[in-house]
Amino acid sequence: MRQRLAMSKPGIGACGKTGSWRVFRPVVDQEKCNQCGLCEMYCPDQAINEELEIDLGFCKGCGICANECPKKAIAMVREEK
Amino acid sequence: MLTIATGNKAVAAAVKQVSPEVIAAYPITPQTEIVEQIAEYVTNGELKSQYIPVESEHSAMAACIGASITGARTFTATSSHGLLYMHEMVNWAAGGRLPIVMANVNRALGPGWNIWAEHTDSMQERDTGWLQVYVSTVQEAYDTTLMAFRIAEHHEVLLPVMVNLDGFSLSHINQSLETVELGDFIPPLRLPHAIDVKNPRGYGPLTGPEEYFKFRWDIERSMRDSVKVIESTEKDFSQRFGRSYGFTDDYQCEDADVVIVSMGTIGKEAEVAIDLLRKEGIRAGSMRIRWFRPFPKLDLSGRDVVVIDRDYSFGYGGILAEAVRSTCRAEPYSVIAGLGGQEVTYDDIAGFIQGRRPGEEYWFGVTPDV
Repeated sequence: MRQRLAMSKPGIGACGKTGSWRVFRPVVDQEKCNQCGLCEMYCPDQAINEELEIDLGFCKGCGICANECPKKAIAMVREEK
Repeated sequence: MLTIATGNKAVAAAVKQVSPEVIAAYPITPQTEIVEQIAEYVTNGELKSQYIPVESEHSAMAACIGASITGARTFTATSSHGLLYMHEMVNWAAGGRLPIVMANVNRALGPGWNIWAEHTDSMQERDTGWLQVYVSTVQEAYDTTLMAFRIAEHHEVLLPVMVNLDGFSLSHINQSLETVELGDFIPPLRLPHAIDVKNPRGYGPLTGPEEYFKFRWDIERSMRDSVKVIESTEKDFSQRFGRSYGFTDDYQCEDADVVIVSMGTIGKEAEVAIDLLRKEGIRAGSMRIRWFRPFPKLDLSGRDVVVIDRDYSFGYGGILAEAVRSTCRAEPYSVIAGLGGQEVTYDDIAGFIQGRRPGEEYWFGVTPDV
């Protein structure tokens, strides 16, 4: 098919699994979580899927999910070196 | 239906009939009644479009791009500084191969602050990959807006189209307008690269030196293919609705010794000048350029050529004159007239033709004391 516009399939980029850059890791308190899905919607790396599972292979620990969570159910915990 | 409308209202009426799914616009000076009228249609339920009142012209085009990539028909309108503010996104719309239609009311750029007619605004978008058409009457503004959607959305084009109409001297002038029953003149939009949620993609991602030029070439290929799409669309329009246009609007050109080339409302004024000159026995003709991109093939061989530019490229010359000079190998008499709404009458235009000095440039109204 004639390709008019450059398009790419999502996949593992040239940098590999970028989750290794992370300093803080999101930890979800399932007791507080009400499954609203805002974390999934706001995640800039689409590292959270529809089941609200966080893919730590790509999560860079930006903390946007924790900031947006209306139930304060996500804590950002420093990664152990 | 026969009615009376301004250029602005005529464009809005055409947009209402085409019924885009998404319209985005920013309502500040130098915006026009086009989007005000459309907003009214949406408010009173005559037009079922999503109307997004965005926070800037840059966002207006960005919203159209976002909507268009889903396969929705989109429209926006702007003018002068608004057009330049969206410049980055104007490039994106063409590169994204999105058939967005935009009306641009041609107005001069500041400073000094001036909201009257001039073409320099859209000329600064000349190289973005948009098709550009310049109209001269209220009827033509309406007809051309209808055709713009069909041309932009044609699968051999898939490029955005900018319909340009002169500020005030067309946008705010009342003339008669014959509206049409559209029927199936504009088929439904099918964008082959529309977003498919089941097959997610990155759109316009990083494209390296080994690939980038292919997409640029594809724009040019479609630009060239658009010539026959424009021809067939205008032909079908003429057969259905009885009004025919063309790449140029030629008036008394067949036997002309001298042809005046111009765009927009001055081109219509020039026809009156031609009538005056013909009465004096001077064989003059007028060639009004409608489609500026793709630029038409002009037959001007063996005649004197006078070009009126309502625009200017500083340090170089009139932009239309340059296009004529380079594509026709003519040495035109280049007249710079009508900047910032400067009044140019048919007597003035007749004077340009009679006093022509091929190869020279003349700034109308500029005297040694200016």
